[in-house]
Amino acid sequence: MTESLDLSLYAKPMADGTLGMELAVEGIACGGCIGRIEHAVKSVPGVTEARLNFTNRRLHVAWSPGLAEPAAILRALEDGGYHGHPFVPMRAEQQEAAEARRLTRCLAVAGFAAMNIMLLSVSVWSGNVTDITPETRDFFHWASALIALPAAAYAGRPFFASAWRALKSHSLNMDVPISLGVILALGMSLVETANHAEHAYFDSAIMLLFFLLVGRALDYAMRRKTRAVAGNLAALKAENAHRLIGDELVSVPSAALKAGDRVLVKPGERIPADGIVLGGKSDLDESPITGETARRDVASGATVYAGSLNYSGALTLKVTAAGGTALIDEIEKLLEKAASAKSRAMRLADRASRVYAPVVHLTAALTLAGWLIAGASVHDALITAIAVLIITCPCALALAIPAVQVVASGALFRANVILNAGDAIERLAEVDTVVFDKTGTLTLPEPRLVNAAALDPELLQMAARLASSSRHPLAVALSREATTRVPFDDAVEEPGQGVRARINGIDTRLGSPQFCDVITSNASQASAVCFRHGKRFAVIAIAQKLRPDAVDVVNALHGRGLDLHILSGDHVEAVAPVARALDIEQWQGGLKPAEKIACIETLKAGGRRVLMVGDGLNDAPSLAAAHVSLSPISAADVTQAQADAVFLGEKLKPVLDAIVVARRARKLMTQNLWLAAIYNAVAVPVAIAGAVTPLIAALAMSGSSLLVTLNAVRANGGAR
Amino acid sequence: MNVLVYLVPLALGLGLTGLFAFLWALRSGQYSDVDGAALRVLSDDDLHEASTTKD
Repeated sequence: MTESLDLSLYAKPMADGTLGMELAVEGIACGGCIGRIEHAVKSVPGVTEARLNFTNRRLHVAWSPGLAEPAAILRALEDGGYHGHPFVPMRAEQQEAAEARRLTRCLAVAGFAAMNIMLLSVSVWSGNVTDITPETRDFFHWASALIALPAAAYAGRPFFASAWRALKSHSLNMDVPISLGVILALGMSLVETANHAEHAYFDSAIMLLFFLLVGRALDYAMRRKTRAVAGNLAALKAENAHRLIGDELVSVPSAALKAGDRVLVKPGERIPADGIVLGGKSDLDESPITGETARRDVASGATVYAGSLNYSGALTLKVTAAGGTALIDEIEKLLEKAASAKSRAMRLADRASRVYAPVVHLTAALTLAGWLIAGASVHDALITAIAVLIITCPCALALAIPAVQVVASGALFRANVILNAGDAIERLAEVDTVVFDKTGTLTLPEPRLVNAAALDPELLQMAARLASSSRHPLAVALSREATTRVPFDDAVEEPGQGVRARINGIDTRLGSPQFCDVITSNASQASAVCFRHGKRFAVIAIAQKLRPDAVDVVNALHGRGLDLHILSGDHVEAVAPVARALDIEQWQGGLKPAEKIACIETLKAGGRRVLMVGDGLNDAPSLAAAHVSLSPISAADVTQAQADAVFLGEKLKPVLDAIVVARRARKLMTQNLWLAAIYNAVAVPVAIAGAVTPLIAALAMSGSSLLVTLNAVRANGGAR
Repeated sequence: MNVLVYLVPLALGLGLTGLFAFLWALRSGQYSDVDGAALRVLSDDDLHEASTTKD
């Protein structure tokens, strides 16, 4: 039966009447792919536009409605050796992209203004010690004002808006002293210029904005980059479901399923949406949901959950939850409770600004009062007080943390860790206890061959090649071992039993013991697959296998003084060997989601900062309850959404890297805050004494900003 | 010093031209695919198409 593909979920009408679609493209290797992909897609009749973005590996396609079908575009890519995964761009990603563009525009304006004003200011400074005429100086000051005022009004908006929001909610953030400093510096300079004074601070105000915008724009650029990668990975993970319309099968994206739809799930496929079994019999691997590795038999009337892997038979389902996944009620309740109970750790920057802002404002007020009492004129006292505000304007302080954050998230990105939450780095650094889930976290998400050493290599190769003819999950696991991926020509699959073929004229079978006529005594946790080639036979064990570097990573974590735990939903007999292999003494098995949370709460009550690493749907509430959380990319969508960061690949090393990078970043953040504090300790007395000239302000500001930025770059090393 | 009266605005005007050129480039998506742009320049598909249409 041929099955049509319905991609209407992804096709969006464009301004010029064509339909457009975004695809994440897999398999791009080099620059030559750009031409090949665009050429292949454009040669599909009806396609009007195909543009590949090489930076984020995305293809934009537009076609005339009715003239082309989107499935043909996917086929064209497939023929070229690429895989296209359509996706709907995420709202958060688009908002961040818009914000990043706005910041870049502000940065450009501030940069232009800072350069030109500095040119004029340097002339004034050198003129002041030589022979500049007051008229020329006034002219230069007015020219500076002409550039500075519109530029600050434009480039300062991100800070003014954020400061206004903070003030409206009766709180202080770093943007309040920044905005105040900039506005006062500009206002005072304008008054001074009108009075033909010697000094004006236009350059300080604009340079301040420029430096801060550099920090912010870099932050957004980094976030955009990781967001794009995360979006592509989500698109790659999205699966299609076989929807039954009458007797016809239509392939639709799982996200497009609605409650009440009927869906066919073939063996080896994942359940696309929560539902009730209407017909068929099979067994399901529900480890992505419960952590339990033993399979559950299901038949008509059973409730099944999205993400479970279907093993032996085809099932027909009635979808009960629209849009693919709904949460199991119990987990949803726990998740809500955990999220509301979680006191978000206050960010380092906010804590610093809460101390800093009042101190600065008080110092400025005291300076004003002090000079007035000492008998200075109101004008002079005011100027000195404003100079204090300008010189303390938290340029270095505001850069101290974002600069480290940018460099550290770059280092994490290279270590295959993608951050979801902005403050995850700070929280990761505080961790002293790591709680692992077992299934899919310490072990690989799919089962693997475990007794390779005990098998005859020739038989194993034959079995693995034969396995590639079947979609059964155990066969898929076995076929990973094959060196030749070409299936045997006459391989026939007997549903629910196995595969057979004639190899070199000898009857060869792979499958259940009965099918292969092999007697096994299987007492271990592994699933046994039997193989018979004439008289020779083998029993192949397939089971959950530890991630390749799990032992090393766990040892390294131990070495760093972290307390390690395993909390698994799988039964105790399955957890024990893993705990033993990894030498983790504190472990528990057979836990319900609520019991996992209880364990984490006990640890938290003991003053521990817990990092939870988990992937199952049953882990989602624990991830939310923990101080900070990590998920492998293979985790359930709901779980990933709860995690503060996601790690890629087969290795467990990113967990270690994340902690190492975060700890170094945290150290640098504190260092930077101290650097900024020392700078203020030196500069503020000078300002209070009234000895600050615009030249000193400019040198102090750029010097301290440069210092913290250079220090931040040190967060880069050591993630290898 | 009267020369400054028109030299300073002239310099500013040149700077502004650069600024607007950058803003235009940003808006028209010149920075949306930096890696791709570096590679596209090496592709000579367009030349090939032009020469085949001439034949």
